[in-house]
Amino acid sequence: MQKEYTVTVYTEDRIGITNRITIIFTRRGINITSLTTAETEISGVYKFIITVMSTREKLDKVVGQIERLIEIHRAFVHEEDEVVYQELALYKISTKSLESGDIERLIRDHHARILTITADYFVIEKTGHQQELTDFIKKLEPYGLIEYSKSGRVAIVKWSRRFHEHLKELQASSEA
Amino acid sequence: MLQKDVLPMKAEKADKRLSAKPVITGSEAVIRSLIAEGVDTIFGYPGGAIMPIYDALYDFQDQVHHILVRHEQGATHAAQGYARSSGKVGVAFATSGPGATNLVTGLADAYMDSTPMVCITGQVAASLLGTDAFQETDVIGITMPITKWNIQVTRQEDIPGAIAKAFYIARSGRPGPVLVDITKNAQVGECEYEYVPCTHIRSYQPVPELRLDAVKEAAALINSAKKPYLLVGHGVLLSGAEKELIALAEKAQIPMASTLLGLSAVPVDHPLYVGLLGMHGNYAPNILTGECDTVIAVGMRFDDRVTGDVSTYVANAKVIHIEIDAAEINKIIKADVALHADAKTALQALLKEVQPAKHDEWLAEFRAADKKEYDKVQHNELYPETGELKMAEVVRLISEKTKGEAVLVTDVGQHQMIASRYYRFKNPNTNITSGGMGTMGFSLPAAMGAKMGTPEKEVVAVIGDGCFQMTLQELGTIYQSKIGVKIVILNNNFLGMVRQWQQLFFDKRYSSTEMVNPDFVQIAKGFFIPGKKVTAREDISAAIDEMLATDGAYLLEVVVEKEDNVFPMIPAGTPVTTIRLE
Repeated sequence: MQKEYTVTVYTEDRIGITNRITIIFTRRGINITSLTTAETEISGVYKFIITVMSTREKLDKVVGQIERLIEIHRAFVHEEDEVVYQELALYKISTKSLESGDIERLIRDHHARILTITADYFVIEKTGHQQELTDFIKKLEPYGLIEYSKSGRVAIVKWSRRFHEHLKELQASSEA
Repeated sequence: MLQKDVLPMKAEKADKRLSAKPVITGSEAVIRSLIAEGVDTIFGYPGGAIMPIYDALYDFQDQVHHILVRHEQGATHAAQGYARSSGKVGVAFATSGPGATNLVTGLADAYMDSTPMVCITGQVAASLLGTDAFQETDVIGITMPITKWNIQVTRQEDIPGAIAKAFYIARSGRPGPVLVDITKNAQVGECEYEYVPCTHIRSYQPVPELRLDAVKEAAALINSAKKPYLLVGHGVLLSGAEKELIALAEKAQIPMASTLLGLSAVPVDHPLYVGLLGMHGNYAPNILTGECDTVIAVGMRFDDRVTGDVSTYVANAKVIHIEIDAAEINKIIKADVALHADAKTALQALLKEVQPAKHDEWLAEFRAADKKEYDKVQHNELYPETGELKMAEVVRLISEKTKGEAVLVTDVGQHQMIASRYYRFKNPNTNITSGGMGTMGFSLPAAMGAKMGTPEKEVVAVIGDGCFQMTLQELGTIYQSKIGVKIVILNNNFLGMVRQWQQLFFDKRYSSTEMVNPDFVQIAKGFFIPGKKVTAREDISAAIDEMLATDGAYLLEVVVEKEDNVFPMIPAGTPVTTIRLE
């Protein structure tokens, strides 16, 4: 059955690695709905967090093929309840809306915060799950939403107790 | 490590070489690095963006033999043939742009068939990258999905490291093709040279650790099996596990069947060998996959040409899958026990745990089915007395006259299936064919490479008339480089396999499959290669004798039955147990 999964991939820092990973999804006709990547706590090791709609069976095979790539350390498929995750959204609103007063309450009620204010616009930051972030758009629209931008998923795996140590061991082995 | 004192030095650079690490150009570093990896033969084609490397090669002609092919595709297939026959890494050179894109088919073929190959391409200068410069192509982007690894090198000091990694990756684990793209500035720039072979990449574990509990589990399944069955794949040859495989089969009296690329791992005349699996394989090994209770699949990946409809394939059996590539385990067929390991290591471990056994009744089932195939198909194919020449009788004669000891290089189509069915392979690594990709045009250049890799062996290319015309320009290479390969064209004036499908599944609507062919013998003569055309049964034996007695290359064209079909056959996507004998 198709549902949303999170795929995490630990990679070396290498030009083209994103392409190498994504073409494996492409070959199997799987659409990537979000992709976030950044360096991990270990220099030179990157973590990709990919969300897709697919089946577990298909993704287990995709992960196998990803792990076959030379610069990949490990790749995993996670069910929704196996990860703690967040996304981050920025909302640009016309500064005029502040005059009405109640937008401030809206921001506070939704645990958002204002990052910057200029004469023309101000920018609100909010973290949460995708639905919360898109629901918040509807509430901001009456105040003059100018622009909206959202990150991909950032996730921590609940059961990955030793991954930090594993990465450190990798670093130690490459330095040796 | 490289023996520096055996390398020639240019006089003008002698002063710089007084330092511990000689200062040389990136191009010279390429050649020295290849020599350090043991490369003695390179197949390639020069061009603007790789000229500095060719210039450097000029100084090393006594150590590296460069074969000038007539098309870069030929260079890759030749490198594949070289690798498959010799067990070494095949090497090909090409220039940027069209030179590099012409490598694509060979790279994809080598990737599908796990062939170790390193291709080196020239590239425009780093300052021009991304500007659509003359003959600039994103060869890294193009070849990403069809190489085991690829890299673009833009600095000369990175060349030895990149080549060391390339060879390590190409030949280790599940082998495969690697491409190293080197920009022109890196080729001409100078750097201090030192070659350190690559032995470890922290994100890459080519040799998995065998789990002994899985070995015990697999052995228990085999020991309790009534109808065990060994499926022999290419991995057996790649890991050199032929002896272990046969020892296991003999110890527990297990029948062995081969995939197309597994052919030659087991001598065809071995009493436990039961034939070829797959769409045009033998009747018994296919139909009895429905009967076996334990399958031991060794170094094979359950290609759809082997399994047919996967929902019914080996449905009554426990599956033990020995495979070095974890991504292949459970990809097509779910394994009850997976031995993620090199085939040789796994078979050695299994051999200790498996008990001697006999399965005479089970083996008798194969022999009974064999007889059915022989009576219905093989006898008529191998020993016809009337009508036009048949492909099978030609292959039988080649097999007899070479005693099954030639390296047989086949192309793709009916002749490939016939040759694979009827050549009686005796020694490992003597079957070279394009399996996974099914690349027409493969065999003529692959045969050149095979002959270069194993000059002491007779190399016979068996080619269809359609395939031959895809890469026939390599006759020029064969002549120029004096490569003594024997070429047999089985000419039915058709794209035979497509025509067979049109006959069986498209109501004989022969759409664009009939070929009006040139005079192949005259073409060979144009390349100064002797040849003969045979149309009559009484002439074929002497013609093969003449071909094999000829010193050097020879082309034999055999006109065969125009509308012959290859049977048995499993219609695509159907269960293998529905195999048709007619």
